[in-house]
Amino acid sequence: MMEHKPLHERETLGDFLVKALRNKSFLLGAVIVSVILLAALVSFFWTPYAVTDLPVSNRLQGPSSAHIFGTDHFGRDIFSMIMVGSRNSIAVALVAVGIGIAVGVPVGCLAAAKGGWLDETLMRANDVVFAFPALLSAVMITAVFGPGAINAIIAIGIFNIPVFARVARGAALSIWPREFIFAARVAGKSSSRITVEHILPNIANLLLVQATIQFSLGILAEAGLSYVGLGTQPPMPSWGRMLFDAQVRMVVAPHMAIFPGLAIVLTVLGLNLLGDGLRDVIDPKLRRER
Amino acid sequence: MSLISVENLSLDIGDTPILKDIDLSVSKGEVLGLVGESGSGKSMTALAMMQLLPRAATTNGQIQFDGRNLLTSSEEAMCQIRGNEIGMVFQEPMTALNPVKTIGEQVAEGVRWHKSVSRAEAEEVARTMLDRVGLPESRFPLTRFPHELSGGQRQRVVIAIACALKPKLLIADEPTTALDVVLQAQILDLLKDLINDYEMGLLLISHDLAVVAEMADRIAIMRSGEIVEAGETGATLSEQKHPYTRQLAEASSHRPTRSEPQKEERQETILSVRDVKKHYRLPRENIFKPPSFFKAVDGVSFDIAAGQSISLVGRSGCGKSTLARLILALDKPTEGEVEFMSGVTSQMDETTLRPYRRNMQIVFQDPYGSFDPRHKVERLVTEPLHLLDEKPSGKARTDLAVEALESVGLSSSDLAKYPHEFSGGQRQRISIARAIINKPKLIVCDEPVSALDVSVRAHILDLFADLSERLGVAYLFITHDLNVARAITDEVMVMHEGLIVERGSTEDVLSSPQSEAAKNLVSAMPVLEEAIARRNSKLTA
Amino acid sequence: MLNYAIRRIGIGIATLFVASIVVFATLEIIPGDPAQLMLGLNATDETLNALREQMGLNDPLLTRYTNWLSGFAVGDLGNSYTYSVPVSELIGERILVSLPLAIFALILSTVIAIPVGLFSAAKRGKAADTVTMGTAQLGVAIPNFWFALLLVYIFAVGLRLFPAGGFPGWDAGFFPAIKALTLPAIALALPQAAILSRITRSAIIEVLSEDYIRTARAKGLPNRTVLWSHAMRNAMIPVLTILGLQFSFLIAGTIIIENVFYLPGLGRLVFQAITQRDLIVVESVVMLLVATVIVVNLLVDLSYAIIDPRLRRRR
Repeated sequence: MMEHKPLHERETLGDFLVKALRNKSFLLGAVIVSVILLAALVSFFWTPYAVTDLPVSNRLQGPSSAHIFGTDHFGRDIFSMIMVGSRNSIAVALVAVGIGIAVGVPVGCLAAAKGGWLDETLMRANDVVFAFPALLSAVMITAVFGPGAINAIIAIGIFNIPVFARVARGAALSIWPREFIFAARVAGKSSSRITVEHILPNIANLLLVQATIQFSLGILAEAGLSYVGLGTQPPMPSWGRMLFDAQVRMVVAPHMAIFPGLAIVLTVLGLNLLGDGLRDVIDPKLRRER
Repeated sequence: MSLISVENLSLDIGDTPILKDIDLSVSKGEVLGLVGESGSGKSMTALAMMQLLPRAATTNGQIQFDGRNLLTSSEEAMCQIRGNEIGMVFQEPMTALNPVKTIGEQVAEGVRWHKSVSRAEAEEVARTMLDRVGLPESRFPLTRFPHELSGGQRQRVVIAIACALKPKLLIADEPTTALDVVLQAQILDLLKDLINDYEMGLLLISHDLAVVAEMADRIAIMRSGEIVEAGETGATLSEQKHPYTRQLAEASSHRPTRSEPQKEERQETILSVRDVKKHYRLPRENIFKPPSFFKAVDGVSFDIAAGQSISLVGRSGCGKSTLARLILALDKPTEGEVEFMSGVTSQMDETTLRPYRRNMQIVFQDPYGSFDPRHKVERLVTEPLHLLDEKPSGKARTDLAVEALESVGLSSSDLAKYPHEFSGGQRQRISIARAIINKPKLIVCDEPVSALDVSVRAHILDLFADLSERLGVAYLFITHDLNVARAITDEVMVMHEGLIVERGSTEDVLSSPQSEAAKNLVSAMPVLEEAIARRNSKLTA
Repeated sequence: MLNYAIRRIGIGIATLFVASIVVFATLEIIPGDPAQLMLGLNATDETLNALREQMGLNDPLLTRYTNWLSGFAVGDLGNSYTYSVPVSELIGERILVSLPLAIFALILSTVIAIPVGLFSAAKRGKAADTVTMGTAQLGVAIPNFWFALLLVYIFAVGLRLFPAGGFPGWDAGFFPAIKALTLPAIALALPQAAILSRITRSAIIEVLSEDYIRTARAKGLPNRTVLWSHAMRNAMIPVLTILGLQFSFLIAGTIIIENVFYLPGLGRLVFQAITQRDLIVVESVVMLLVATVIVVNLLVDLSYAIIDPRLRRRR
């Protein structure tokens, strides 16, 4: 007879964690991300060296036991700079994901719930926003308001909106024709109530996976913007800016470029592994093929 | 000398045993029916013969075909056999064809590969074959894409692919399950013709005993990965030696016992559908042409009295489900009106509808899709209480849920479970509990037993009959299966292309249908007893 | 097919139109007085008025917008304030660096990614798959400008195989020019290729579990044929989608990479324009890039219809 695949089987948080921790990708990702988050938190209270001191006599030293990642052109400890810089990367990417979710998800859900011309209008508006890669938005904002970290947040956040709107709409559209939604309508529930009670809980998984992806893209984008001077401004340490400073000193002090770059790679890798693992745990269909 | 013989076939997927010691054989020109309920291992047996098993599967035993053991044959050798000597037809015609290739290409491809002929020659074979399965080139050119064909036509293409090289053996895995009865009869006729013409052996896999009784010379009955009984069809099904065979046969033709309807007092009308139409705008072929419309429902009128049960029968796509949505005020009709309990519900907004919604409910076909997987049974069953003016809370709510669950044969211990913890039949009970919790006057049942195995189906039909008597609720039973209509309702309406073409007592319509549409439905309906009787008389003759 | 094309093109034009309003509004309305913004606070009234006159700031908004738009249509983008040459001339020069770079990178990434994805899908679950996809996972995480720095360090500073930066111009000959673009193109392409190969792999694996693949195998077609003739074309649909999306990342990437390699492309131009507050140049370059993104996505939409016959008839 007909084969039925249940939507997402409901499970307790405990079951989920057991399943998740058995997934290598998830586990590795979770460990990396935790370490980075911890470093960011610790940097508020303690760093090996203060990043505000400029002991110029120590400048451009290679890695040593005193400075495990070496020092930069002002003599600042690169390890400490990376710790402090992680705050910045995480904050920008997190707020930008927040903007994307806060605006994009309601827009996508609304479009899916109402359909018709409203759906069409919202999705066309989405297309317009989508035509502005974060870098172009940042260019325009900087041209008018001057450079700053807020630019990066706004530019990346704006670009996240259509991404979340599309994912939310697509996922919601796959839930709407299901029979339990009909049952809820027969029970007299309004479309906004159905969205809150049935649609959102059922698409939350997918949104979570997308959030980890956008988070990692946000880290990359922030680094890129700061590198070209459209993001975080000195003296606030940021990974992208550190790479900019490293570029002209590549020959004499390659460590200045290597360690901040590795920090970015590690963070993004951790987030991607986490996202992949989550997707595997959530969607058994994809996991089967691995 | 049998064409293919399966000996002691066992199959495990990972550590889970799927098949145990399967023995069966098909001879030239013979039809073997393989019957069983979902999960019994029918399809796996077929896939093992084709060596198209999932990667994790391990097999033991032998499958002898043409002097070779297929289980130990190399992939290259299997490629020579598949499509050339063994053809296969699948259940889902909607997904079995590649959406980006033309039907001609898809039929010709196998011919080119096996026979190493030119494209033109292969296309010639495809053309003849498509014509043979009822898709003549004049109406269905080879350049058609699958999405331009209906489900029945696509299944014909799949059959053409499977039979293009006149294989010795054809395996058909639930070839008609996704089709309505009329298409089912046509496809079965086609298969019968083809095996006669090409002298093929056929392994027909089905959950439907009546279909198999109609088609098969011999029958094998499977349960939980084992064959419980096998033999000549007529004898096996009339003698019913094995208890499981009897159980299946009884369930297949099960009719709940119902008390005679009281004809003396005419009940008041609760639902009145008046000249209702629902037209959908089709995407325009050309932006300069006026839009065309699909007339899903095109002028339907009928009444249902309190406590009355009516079946609405029709082929797939006849507009039944659209009509159900209009009655439940989930869609607005293009024209006409629906009056429910003296209110014109088709013109109300959601707020005005509330008191009316309380009295109408629905039970769906798919017992898996009809619950939010994230909610527990208590919350699922009590969802319609949302419609009450004074919403019961806490204890009162739980009491109502327990009462509803108990009246469908479940218990209070099920309240805290999630839907996936239940079997298909139990879920359908939960679905019914949700429908009756507000004690509605009308329940629309949209194919409520079509997705269930026969034995489960029988229990659910009993439950419907029982509830109708106890609660005095009116049913509108939507189904494509006249057997179900006969089992549960006294009156039937036949719907065809958006119109109700016939209405009458179920027995009358079944014994002497008047309209063309009803005649087609009745003649296409497989009936187990009749099929067995035919088989037995053929043998004695 | 025609209906679908007309509809998509219509949507594309509308998107372009609205995007132009966004650009115009951000750069000419939000600042209040663009002339003031460009010249800074110390500007005299005379120079301010002269610039306002040159930019047409004294006209009503709608006139300014339509003038700008019609100028764009005929290629008259006004004069750059800092360079005192027509913006169209500046863009024309710079685009000869940016466009070949973007195309070079796109080709490189596609040529690498699709075979790798296919290979990995064919070997799924095996060690080769794990290694390739692990590498791809790493590739996705590498910021392209950092990768560029490493490439410079290894191939330009260390091995001296390629120039570390700068562009000799196409006049210097095809090969020197291509040589100057090679490291930038690799830096741009590899992270994109990593993403694309992962998408290709999962698209193919997904398609391989479809019912029609089973039908094809039941015909007796060998796996190789099934993969090429049935799976590839269906798997191209998601791959194309991502390719279209990647183009907008590629454009953004080009802008940053040009700064790493000191390439005189649109990216350098726009950054110089920002530092000099030359809004006229910023406006034109941003609009041009936005238009490119929209046009590329339109082309992707249209190519769906070539791949997928279901789209040709409907909508």
